[in-house]
Amino acid sequence: MRIELDINGAVRELEVEPRTTLLDCLRDQLALTGAHAGCEHGVCGACTVLFDGVAVRSCLMFAVQAQGSAVTTIEGVTPGPGELSVIQDTFCETHGMQCGYCTPAMVLVAHALLADNPEPTRAEIVDAISGNICRCTGYAQIVEAIALAAERMRGANRPKDARK
Amino acid sequence: MKAAPFEYSRPAGIDEACALLAADESARVIAGGQTLVAMMAMRLARPTRLIDINRIAALSYIRAEKETIAIGATTRQCVVERDPLVAAKLPLLARAIPWIGHAATRARGTIGGSLANADPAAECALIAVTLDAVLAYRASGASHEVAARDFFIGPMITTLPAGAVLTGVRFPVWSGKVGTGFHEVNARQSDFAFVTAAAQVELGCDGACKRIAISVGAVTDFPMRLESAEQQLKGGKLDYAAVKAAVTDALADIDALADLHASAEYRKRVAIKLAMRAVADARDRALGKTVQDTAHAH
Repeated sequence: MRIELDINGAVRELEVEPRTTLLDCLRDQLALTGAHAGCEHGVCGACTVLFDGVAVRSCLMFAVQAQGSAVTTIEGVTPGPGELSVIQDTFCETHGMQCGYCTPAMVLVAHALLADNPEPTRAEIVDAISGNICRCTGYAQIVEAIALAAERMRGANRPKDARK
Repeated sequence: MKAAPFEYSRPAGIDEACALLAADESARVIAGGQTLVAMMAMRLARPTRLIDINRIAALSYIRAEKETIAIGATTRQCVVERDPLVAAKLPLLARAIPWIGHAATRARGTIGGSLANADPAAECALIAVTLDAVLAYRASGASHEVAARDFFIGPMITTLPAGAVLTGVRFPVWSGKVGTGFHEVNARQSDFAFVTAAAQVELGCDGACKRIAISVGAVTDFPMRLESAEQQLKGGKLDYAAVKAAVTDALADIDALADLHASAEYRKRVAIKLAMRAVADARDRALGKTVQDTAHAH
């Protein structure tokens, strides 16, 4: 089937089999290998992408279902080539990753959380990443990274009246 | 972990979906897909055709209808979770929704999908049974209704006829001094429940119980109302001893599920405890006391 997707801001036209998951489409047809294939049945969270701005598991959707929608992968969150987003920066600073397998998904979940809730409590951060398995860090530094990113993003230049 | 090949249809309306379903007995409806796609990946499900109802606009709504709140089948769980009408009128549902999966699965998962899937541990099914919800479906050009208590008949088995598409669910709204309680035990927050319990009570001005509904989930093949306990507790003050006796009695002879994670004996013991806590929370909230929910941040 022919589909059209907005991938990281660029419209792409593709031919997919109905059974191709959004994850496989991103990885195999668009070479966006930052979306990781872990369990491929919705448990590990490694394949999380932003679907119309909301964090979803790309292994639990078929690409045909995404027709006309906007998908953001980890490749789409950087402000420019060679740069990192605030959240990616804080993951580096706090050692919020080790092997890196869960990291793109963790970063995207953090993006979705902070877009929605600029001042999350620790419990809210923990809840937000609860669907993503990390086997290295023990999660503490990931929580720290997201809290630090939230603090930085709150302090960033914004119109005065937009501040809480 | 790749699904077997299938045909894909995206009907524009409910009757078109029903016709596609009636034409092929191995076709399946897909809503949020948070269970079905995983089952297909593991090849535990091999539908010949997927009928995607996600874009049928008429199936996604939350609205007040007389003394009920009606929710469309493809309304996302995350939408219900944040809906002010649900928070105000169906606090029991609002309390249970954050326990379904994770934020990323609630972003796709739907109310109707969870009901039609009929997992014994599903929170939506438990609340539907507790509140005596009515499910609506469409089959061969006609609309039908079924009470939640007649809908769930086994693990992943419902009375939804072949060729029918679930279209929505209506939850009755209680008025007066109403309180609700929900408890769940699982291995990890947001994982499948070992035991769930829900209670809703209405108290009279004298503090006596006028109306009560208690259910436990994940303990038997489908959500179970503790009717004998409800009968015993009606008119009383819902004190600890009375609730304990009634709930213990109601669960005395059940044939509880057992698996690797939780034995039948464990499930039964926890079900008694959680049902007691759910009733106590519901009573206290009806009395205007502040009761903290466990685990969830929101």
